[in-house]
Amino acid sequence: MHIPDGYLSPSTCAVLYGTAIPFWYVAFARVKRLLNTRLVPLLAVVSAFCFVIMMFNVPLPGGTTGHAVGVGAATVVLGPWASMLAVSIALLIQAVFFGDGGITTLGANCFNMAIVGSLAAHFVYRVMAGRSAITSSRRVLAAGLAGYAAINVAALFTATELGIQPLFFKDASGAPLYAPYALHIAIPAMMLGHLTFAGLAELFVSGGVVAYLQRTNPVLLGQKPSARVDEPRPVATSVWGTTRPLWIRLALLMLLTPLGILAAGTAWGEWGAKEFSDPQMRQQIAAASGNIAPPSQQPQGLARLSSLWSAPFPQYAPPFVHRPAFGYVMSAVFGSGLILGFFLLMAWVTDRRGGGAPRASP
Amino acid sequence: MKPNAKNSRGVVERTLASIVDALEHAFYAEELTKTNGLLQRIDPRVKIVALLPLVVIAALARKLWVIVALFVVAVAVATLSNVPLRTLAKRVWLGVLTFSGVISLPALFLTPGRTLYTLPLLGWIVTAQGLRAALYLIMRAETAATFSVLLVLCTPWSNLLKALRVLRVPIVLVVVLGMTYRYIFLLLRSAHDMFRSRKSRMVGRLDGREQRRAATASVGVLMSKTLQLSGDVYLAMRSRGFQGEVHVLDEFRTGWFDWIMSAVFVTVAALALWFGR
Repeated sequence: MHIPDGYLSPSTCAVLYGTAIPFWYVAFARVKRLLNTRLVPLLAVVSAFCFVIMMFNVPLPGGTTGHAVGVGAATVVLGPWASMLAVSIALLIQAVFFGDGGITTLGANCFNMAIVGSLAAHFVYRVMAGRSAITSSRRVLAAGLAGYAAINVAALFTATELGIQPLFFKDASGAPLYAPYALHIAIPAMMLGHLTFAGLAELFVSGGVVAYLQRTNPVLLGQKPSARVDEPRPVATSVWGTTRPLWIRLALLMLLTPLGILAAGTAWGEWGAKEFSDPQMRQQIAAASGNIAPPSQQPQGLARLSSLWSAPFPQYAPPFVHRPAFGYVMSAVFGSGLILGFFLLMAWVTDRRGGGAPRASP
Repeated sequence: MKPNAKNSRGVVERTLASIVDALEHAFYAEELTKTNGLLQRIDPRVKIVALLPLVVIAALARKLWVIVALFVVAVAVATLSNVPLRTLAKRVWLGVLTFSGVISLPALFLTPGRTLYTLPLLGWIVTAQGLRAALYLIMRAETAATFSVLLVLCTPWSNLLKALRVLRVPIVLVVVLGMTYRYIFLLLRSAHDMFRSRKSRMVGRLDGREQRRAATASVGVLMSKTLQLSGDVYLAMRSRGFQGEVHVLDEFRTGWFDWIMSAVFVTVAALALWFGR
């Protein structure tokens, strides 16, 4: 699943680096708050461990073997945030030192395997294990499924990133510049291998490690060891402090909205009434619909209803804005502002109704 | 040989083989960094600033010949830096070619475009666009991999990490990466010993279930050892006065040769960027 250099366009790589950075930041801050001076040695040794288990061959039913990433086991024992950092560092060393996975694609690989993988594993393990006893077999099953889910969700993200490449990046002759397969090929091809072999390798390692630790060292699973980071969170000192990563992500997403300009034509099924009478658009609609010609006249219902509401920002840009990219960003700011304003209003209303009850309780 | 027999021998041995491979790679790189080639003589900071952009530009270029030209530059730099081409072929090119070749093979037939050749018997059509797509993928992957391997083969890991400071990588990360690298070898050694001792005690064959238990138990043992080790390392650091602050000695000096070489690399990068538009 390690994407090599050259499979993703630099712009995709930049976006995925950008998406990974806030997660790294939050993970680092959370782990540091808990571990303090223990951070450096623990992170170093655990990252080395993640690196080493990526080399283990796991025998699978049917006589084959597979490699596990170890993200399931790491998440169950260390919690999602520490696991995110440790697996990222292991991937970095794999990419830089051993050439397994690219340098430009490192952000993508870390995002898929370390970040998405850890979060998926954590979620599945929490839901499945519930409040069962530390030594119950339910925890083994939960850990196994957590590993299996983590790898498959990561594979789905990887396949999607690879699959969107030929949509956006082609040379003058129409040849794909990067990964050549569209989503309808990339996703099944990737998922087939992961739903069967790679997923099983991860399932056995995660489940097996928990079963082994239950017998030999249940303390690691039960009590919170020094590395566990899901301790009760201290009461927030300021709203800005706790929500800062969210604001940064929101701003980043707003800045990325001009990516919409890259998409050629209109989205399938989002045609306006007038577009049915424009010959050029009719051709595009037919091409996007498996060469089935659209109806010769505007659908009557569409024509009738389309006059009911006209948007203030048609095509994501108010009429006075001439640069489409700026229009996109403005629309994003305006839209997010409306949503935030709505929730602030709701919060204000419910606050007043609650009669000013104390907001935070320790 | 029955598949089962091959397999029961395989799991322990294959893991041992990949561990030995990793160790060998590291020792080889360390030997190579001591020779007196072109890249070995350049300040690690200059190398990072020179070679990483070339990796990115190989990914950016939209013309095939520019990517091929960058590949030729990479081969030339390798030759001048005493990296034997045979080693590069064995360690990098062959692996990338196999992987990307297999991946891009169906693209020859699946990419719509101008017909180039029709396979006899099967009647599958190779398109010009498909061929270009496959070449883009393979050449990009080969070029980027060669540049990044050159960076690692010609720079001691500790210097490479210190040089990362030039990219404003946080100092904590630099220290963690350095320690991680060190403990990788310790843990590889532990894993190696575990598998060796298991192998020396095995006389018969293990069935699949037993093998899985052995493999996952090894991971479990290693995890317990890891957490124990991190505690020990922490105490050792504390006893030597570690208080959470990390410092790195900055001993790099840039000379005239570094400046000339960075000018050369920047020129190559700028040309590739311009022609590859």
